[in-house]
Amino acid sequence: MKRIVLGAAMAVVATGILYPVSRVWSEQSTTVAATHAPDEPGMSRGEYLAHVGDCVACHSKQGGKPFAGGFAMPTPFGTLYSPNITPDDVTGIGQWTADEFYRMLHTGHSRDGTLLYPAMPFPAYTKVTREDCDAIFTYLRTLKPVSQPNRENELRFPYNNRSLMYGWRALYFTEGTFKPLLGQSAEFNRGAYLVQGLGHCASCHSTINALGGSSEDSAFAGGLIPLQNWYAPSLTSNQESGLGNWSVPDIAALLKGGTSMRGAVYGPMAEVTHDSLQYLTNEDATAIAVYLKSLVESKAAAAQQNEAGSPSAGLLSTGRSVYENRCVSCHRSDGKGMPPAYPPLAGNPSIEMESSVNPLRMVLNGGYPPQTSENPRPYGMPPFAQVLSDEEVAAVVTYIRLSWGNHGSVVTRREANAMRSAPLLD
Amino acid sequence: MRTITPEYRSESRRSRVRKKIFIVVSTFLCVFARAAELTTAPDSIEARAQGCSTCHGPHGEGGKDPYFPRIAGKPAGYLFNQLQNFRDGRRSYPPMNYLLAYLHDDYLMEFANYFAAQTIVEQPAGTTMTASGSAGGHLVMHGDATRGIPACILCHGPRLTGIQPGIPGLVGLNARYIAAQLVSWRVGTRHAAIPDCMHSVASRLTEADIDQVSAWLAAQPPPSPVEPAAAGTWKTPIACGSEP
Repeated sequence: MKRIVLGAAMAVVATGILYPVSRVWSEQSTTVAATHAPDEPGMSRGEYLAHVGDCVACHSKQGGKPFAGGFAMPTPFGTLYSPNITPDDVTGIGQWTADEFYRMLHTGHSRDGTLLYPAMPFPAYTKVTREDCDAIFTYLRTLKPVSQPNRENELRFPYNNRSLMYGWRALYFTEGTFKPLLGQSAEFNRGAYLVQGLGHCASCHSTINALGGSSEDSAFAGGLIPLQNWYAPSLTSNQESGLGNWSVPDIAALLKGGTSMRGAVYGPMAEVTHDSLQYLTNEDATAIAVYLKSLVESKAAAAQQNEAGSPSAGLLSTGRSVYENRCVSCHRSDGKGMPPAYPPLAGNPSIEMESSVNPLRMVLNGGYPPQTSENPRPYGMPPFAQVLSDEEVAAVVTYIRLSWGNHGSVVTRREANAMRSAPLLD
Repeated sequence: MRTITPEYRSESRRSRVRKKIFIVVSTFLCVFARAAELTTAPDSIEARAQGCSTCHGPHGEGGKDPYFPRIAGKPAGYLFNQLQNFRDGRRSYPPMNYLLAYLHDDYLMEFANYFAAQTIVEQPAGTTMTASGSAGGHLVMHGDATRGIPACILCHGPRLTGIQPGIPGLVGLNARYIAAQLVSWRVGTRHAAIPDCMHSVASRLTEADIDQVSAWLAAQPPPSPVEPAAAGTWKTPIACGSEP
């Protein structure tokens, strides 16, 4: 999740996140979705919710103590460092009260009144109920205090002036607890609450503008995650995530287990499943799937096919030959793969979507889905960056984007080359 | 494999013809079976380890690019330590760090055991190693007491094939790979558990030492078999955190 959060963060101004949808709902009723007990015995509700919010991903650095902060989040505006949220009196949140913690999560004001940068996804966390917020706070208070002073942010002028946040907040932040949508099932509303709130999915799955915000129109519309060079697919377009065509159990399996009959998580999403979503109860995973699927269906009519362009005969024949040598033994000549071990490429929106960034990176970098209790011995894809030329990479990605009825577009050598320098690490 | 036995010689010609037909047919069937594609992934650690194959070879025998080392037959404990080090960032090589980021110890151990159990076939027969006339060979075999550099063979073994469970062999590797590791130990992009003995040793080597040692090691034909010695075969002279 670190990577993801990076995204969020980086966006520094991470996102104008989902207000659109939510605003409609906020005019509706009052009660908040039901809570579910965590699957793992011995896990408190607060710990469960902290997993769902994926606090640990940003509030820990590699090799450091969990929740002690110090994680560097490079953004286009400079580098931010996450704070220590263990209950240490001097360097952590040992002296915070539950009220102060709620105000921080709900309004984006720190204990001393400082305006938070939206690397902290308060625009999403504002949806969280007071009850859930208190449970998380209670859990954080049970952690062992770690004495680790917070590191100063290194933002460039003028972004180092926090008062700029007033303007940003006016544009991109709407305070308010989640309100269930009347006429929808409890399951739908539970999913919406988790996706819009603790899950802070829109931090990555929205188009981020130059101010690090996103407009209402772009909520869940997908976008390139700044600096990471992974494309977070749209959750509202069948062309990209394709969730409208997926079954609810497949979506839930992907999120919680990291793999499914339709595809596996990869790139930054592998971290999200590993650190956060694998802890979801089956009920919550299903609720999220129900809600996500509804997002697509409501906008399905907007789906359109990519301009295929016309690949040269040479490119296609190189692509086919690379495919037959390197890919066919797992993904099969009909592109159907052997799911859930080897994902299908035919009809796979990750392959077909307009941006070719993700399929290029999969070919170059390979990847293992995260090890989870649902998928304890994952199969993996080898990297091919070291054995294929730029032309071969472009050719094989073009081939899989245009074969078996896929509607992707041609990929150029230059695009393939550009992805070689994409960062692999946090 | 078929061996010639008296029984075979006494078989009738007809029976032999039948056998030949059988071989031809079964060969054809094998080819046919290979051409037909699988529909489900094999439920094996070998299939799961194919993420390693483009660089290290399908069985860990080493890739075409000599930079990617052989991992087959290395001590399981050593391989496990490296997988853990890559995952946790003590050893830096982004493609490896990336692949292992979300895998846990139990599964990494399974990979380590799988590759440790792969035997190298068709190794050239071993020859006696000599250090004569080579500064690199001299360092490997005798070290340099004045600079506090122990001989490599004291830990990695008289045949440099390593020892179970945690010390790797140094032969059968490419010079570029060995030199890169020594430099990494020195500059801190490769770490091991404390006490990080290889960091101490590599820090005492000069650029020229590294070149000469790497070139000499790479030039040694690997002995056959190349397996590491059994645990406890010799006592290592310095404390290493990665060697229990």
